Amino acid sequence: MMAQESRPIRVALAGQPNVGKSTVFNLLTGLRQHVGNWPGKTVEQRAGTCHYQEWTFDVVDLPGTYSLSANSPEELIAREYIIKEKPDVVVAIVNAATLERSLYLVAELLPLPVPVIVGLNMVDVAEQQGLEIETHVLEAALGVPVVPMVATKGQGMQELLARIQEVACDGAKYAPNAPDIRADHKDILKHIETLINEHVPPEYPKMWVALKILEGDKQITEMMRPRLPPEAWDGVYGIIKQHEDACVAVASGRYAWIGRMIRAAVVRPKVGPITLTDRLDRWATHPLWGLLVLASILGLTFWLTYAVGAPLQELMDTYVVGILSNLATQALATAPNWIAGLIIDGIIGGVGGVLTFFPILLIFFVVLGILEDVGYMARAAFVMDRFMHLMGLHGKSFLPLFLGFGCNVPSIMGARVIESERARLLTILVAPLVPCAARMAVIAFLAPAFFAAPTIVSWGVLTLNLVVLVLSGLVINRVVFKGEHMAFIMELPLYHLPNGRTITLIIWQRLLSFLHKAGTIILAVSVIVWALSTLPSGDIESSYMAGFGRLLEPVGRLMGLDWRMMVALLTSFIAKENTIATLSVLFGVGESGTGLAAILSSTFTPAAALAFLVTQMLFIPCVATVGVIKQETNSWRWTVFNVVFLLVLSLLGGTLTYQIATLLGQ
Amino acid sequence: MHPQSNQTDTLNKLRPLTELKGMERATIHDLCGGVGFRSRLAALGFTPGVQITMLQNLGHGPIIVTLRDTRIALGRGEAYKILVAPEKREQ
Repeated sequence: MMAQESRPIRVALAGQPNVGKSTVFNLLTGLRQHVGNWPGKTVEQRAGTCHYQEWTFDVVDLPGTYSLSANSPEELIAREYIIKEKPDVVVAIVNAATLERSLYLVAELLPLPVPVIVGLNMVDVAEQQGLEIETHVLEAALGVPVVPMVATKGQGMQELLARIQEVACDGAKYAPNAPDIRADHKDILKHIETLINEHVPPEYPKMWVALKILEGDKQITEMMRPRLPPEAWDGVYGIIKQHEDACVAVASGRYAWIGRMIRAAVVRPKVGPITLTDRLDRWATHPLWGLLVLASILGLTFWLTYAVGAPLQELMDTYVVGILSNLATQALATAPNWIAGLIIDGIIGGVGGVLTFFPILLIFFVVLGILEDVGYMARAAFVMDRFMHLMGLHGKSFLPLFLGFGCNVPSIMGARVIESERARLLTILVAPLVPCAARMAVIAFLAPAFFAAPTIVSWGVLTLNLVVLVLSGLVINRVVFKGEHMAFIMELPLYHLPNGRTITLIIWQRLLSFLHKAGTIILAVSVIVWALSTLPSGDIESSYMAGFGRLLEPVGRLMGLDWRMMVALLTSFIAKENTIATLSVLFGVGESGTGLAAILSSTFTPAAALAFLVTQMLFIPCVATVGVIKQETNSWRWTVFNVVFLLVLSLLGGTLTYQIATLLGQ
Repeated sequence: MHPQSNQTDTLNKLRPLTELKGMERATIHDLCGGVGFRSRLAALGFTPGVQITMLQNLGHGPIIVTLRDTRIALGRGEAYKILVAPEKREQ
């Protein structure tokens, strides 16, 4: 297993959630990392490189998992990567303060045919709790290198790199004490192994496959079933049926092994001290105080958004976008009209408008990043879980969804904090139904224009919107995900001080990926919408867009709306505020001398106006949101499903509102 | 169905985790439910014989327990499927 200098050493970073694995990864790779998705999954993949003396390491950050069973897509990804890609070294990060539990993953890693190094992280936290860990004893017991670390302070990194290089270049010395099998399982496993012997794909260790079959692992069993001759399968199936309790027994066996490993290495105090976490949790997880703590944090976030973010957004709008369009106007004075229009109205107007949301996104990402890093996210999820469960969501969906009231983009990107792939997908799919600030602004403008009691109407529309959100969650969960019960099992990690470096990197990556990926889609769609609303004659009234709006008029009539309102809805795809700008142009506000509000109220019945407000609220999200939906789900199928779902929902909502309001009005 | 109906002494004491009160300690006896659910719990350290302490149980809603130096929040439905033998009260 000699690694030549020319060939980089391939390192996979494994670890359970809340062991500081991302901090280690960020320390190793710094800005030399790229974030993507695992092929075909919503699960984030991070990879990067680092240098140590003359060696180069290619580091892949495996998803954080508690075990290597087939209980989640993350666990499948982690074990498939190790088995199929065979990295030179797997570094297993464990949390010294919860050593027993975090060694469970190590117990699962050791039987795999790849050398393991244990990074014993957070030794400082363990010390604070009075735990004494003798690293050398642990190392001797496990038979693999154990490196004590405090990743938040950068301690132990050099030694970790040195040990990785040693193991990768001189694998001969590597001799792990893999967990032994419980005596009563040995014969059964031997039996399974003989049955499956010649049929196991070469990359899989036979003993491991046998053990996974005994554990009732669905994926491995499904993989082996078609490979086995019928009589061998019958034999295996008989054993599985006879030992249905084995999944717990095998896990118990691993924990018994861990117990023996650490008994000699760890000295623990008789009575654990009352920790900061104990004291804080008295408030944070209390059913009443917990909600108040959460409400204050959210209040503070939104105060920050409006006090700092909104003025910054206006400044960017005036200075960056304004100055850019002025410059472009001057520079393009001699250019053909359509080029000036394309650049100024299409690109600067569309992309620039979206980019002014940057300060608000930044604030949300900072807040999410800090809450995630200090360990509060799990507490917020805990107090909100009973409410979120109503629509088949996980407690962790609450914070990202709530941020959607500011802007849907960070709410969809924030869904990354939800570990379960299915819960994350459901959160992303309902997130566009959270009324964002821009949509609320449209309501705030139009409601007084249409109604004598705008406050009641606004609250009514908002409430209806939220009811639709909950119902959609219920329906999507029932129909698309077949209503599988989502078990609520969540670790509450110890609180710790936020790590500036980790948070900065998280924010940096999220902003970057928003700029990169969504930016391309936003650009393309901005140009297309601009072209449709300008071509062929140059003004919107006779454009293709208007033609399209007239085509949609029969649909509009169901809601009491004419083609101009339909065009306003269509242009809101670029940015929700566009609704008002489009209406102003189409109703010729500039020419007639009367304000848009006056024209609208004289043109539309209250029923039609209400229908428009409802449709506007439920309509397909703006292009930036669609961009990040595509990016985060990593699937056009889900993106199209989401857009179509919202389109149907909004038209249905508008029609029902109009018909019911008309009936009641008579 | 309920474990209380059993005759033997140990089984007599068995109850679902949801019946433990705040700060009460117990030993896990068994897990019920599907393979996926049991294997998830077992991986987190919920294995027979391990000591578990109830941190928060309000009689409704999710609970918080600690075992193997880890705090874990569980939905009530999930907690109900964990059978424990409570320890004798320390005066």
